[in-house]
Amino acid sequence: MKAISVNNIYRNYGDVEALIDISFEVEQGEIFGIIGPDGAGKTTLFRILTTLLLADKGSATVDGCDVIKDFKLIRNRVGYMPGRFSLYLDLTVEENLNFFATVFNTTIEENYYLIEDIYKQLEPFKDRRASALSGGMKQKLALCCSLIHKPTVLFLDEPTTGVDPVSRKELWEMLKKLKQQGISILVSTPYMDEAEMCDRIALIQNGNFLKIDTPKNIVNQFDNILWALSSNRMYDLLNDLRNHPKIKSCYAFGDSHHITISTDNFLLNDLNIFLNEKGHKDIEISPIKASIEDCFMQLTN
Amino acid sequence: MKVISVNNLTKTFGTFTAVDNISFEVTKGEIFGFLGANGAGKTTAIRMLCGLSKPTSGTGMVAGFNIETESEKVKASIGYMSQKFSLYEDLKVWENIRLYAGIYGVPEKNISAKIDQHLQTLGFEKERETLVKALPLGWKQKLSFSIAIVHDPKIVFLDEPTGGVDPVTRRQFWELIYQAANRGITIFVTTHYMDEAEYCDRVSIMVDGKIEALDSPKNLKNKYSSKNMDEVFQRLARKASRDAD
Repeated sequence: MKAISVNNIYRNYGDVEALIDISFEVEQGEIFGIIGPDGAGKTTLFRILTTLLLADKGSATVDGCDVIKDFKLIRNRVGYMPGRFSLYLDLTVEENLNFFATVFNTTIEENYYLIEDIYKQLEPFKDRRASALSGGMKQKLALCCSLIHKPTVLFLDEPTTGVDPVSRKELWEMLKKLKQQGISILVSTPYMDEAEMCDRIALIQNGNFLKIDTPKNIVNQFDNILWALSSNRMYDLLNDLRNHPKIKSCYAFGDSHHITISTDNFLLNDLNIFLNEKGHKDIEISPIKASIEDCFMQLTN
Repeated sequence: MKVISVNNLTKTFGTFTAVDNISFEVTKGEIFGFLGANGAGKTTAIRMLCGLSKPTSGTGMVAGFNIETESEKVKASIGYMSQKFSLYEDLKVWENIRLYAGIYGVPEKNISAKIDQHLQTLGFEKERETLVKALPLGWKQKLSFSIAIVHDPKIVFLDEPTGGVDPVTRRQFWELIYQAANRGITIFVTTHYMDEAEYCDRVSIMVDGKIEALDSPKNLKNKYSSKNMDEVFQRLARKASRDAD
């Protein structure tokens, strides 16, 4: 049995097509990432799978249960952490956790082992109201509350948005531990560099899946040679490269620009001469491996 | 010329020191990255620099004005773009530009030229009459930036301007930043994307209210023997002992 199975799900809001015939499957114990920008359809997909929204067309099962017929079963079995903080602000940390445990007919003690690593960091503040928690702590509490009934499938909608790089890394480490406990995880993120933390990913844009595969296969399928360039004047370099007739694509990537070239018989030496004439110094050109972000941009253009 | 000059700036809330004795300078036309973990004190520091919050101690000059005694003049000389979208959704693109140009005191006779100029820079000529709520997120962010600099401020503060924006638009956004910096507008930007830190001339990294490091990305990478800014950040910010926002 698949943890999640989605068949041709379609949903619109008036004129806006949020999801267009999406199909995919998530294996048991897999971390599956939905990677794409805001407005791509990620949250709509999460709401359909957690039975909070009906699809216009198509079908889906979660943990073997149909999202329409068996919605009550699904609600008992899954954990859902929405993108927007939605715990009770007037309850304390411990009261929130207790509340969610009680709603699901369990106790904090029964499944404490699942949340122990995360909850230990919150314990010094267990009597503090949720409204007085920092962003990072709210997020940790929300994760605890979505885990306290030992869900079979965990849905995390953008758990790392607006979170600093250190806390983001910590969260992904926690997800790896949960996976080892056999929990299947569907997680969405707009940060392309988090793709490699997932077993498989779907790249999503404008309601369409551009690709579903392992992060490794996706970058291996990048069908152009990619070069990284830098010089002493990075912004001018970007414009000069764009104006070069044989350069097919050129994007800024932090300390270098990534380019692809449109013809085979193009010599890098010529490019070096061209840039020298434009007055660039300290020119460095080297072939590099594509990242998920390179692939995403190639697929959307 | 210094556009920002801060000396021993400190802000305490009760017993909590949010910003702890920071000092730095930012030069005209510089792209300055203001990094730090959630809760490191970035927002509190920015609020003081924008004249929205008074320092507990220390001094600061922004755009030639004292942040404590001339905060109204500071506010008139700066642009600000918050991470939360704050344009009027029910106004058209040109109406939003017109509204903010008026609020920031752009002379009436220059406003219509300003609108044309900004629409052209953005490549938005066709969207002139579009309601802002109908724009894709990335376009809204680009429009917000354009509006934040509609009055040609000396400096613009950008608080996580690219969160959630698609990769192509994120790059177009940075090109707008480069263009503005080339025109002499100083850019003060926060981001959680460490590749964007590389676009900055210099970056500072705040940890527990203090500025732990301040240099060009290249020098920081050398100093901390790291291959990219993410590694530099992880090294410094892992030391943080507090967790607050």
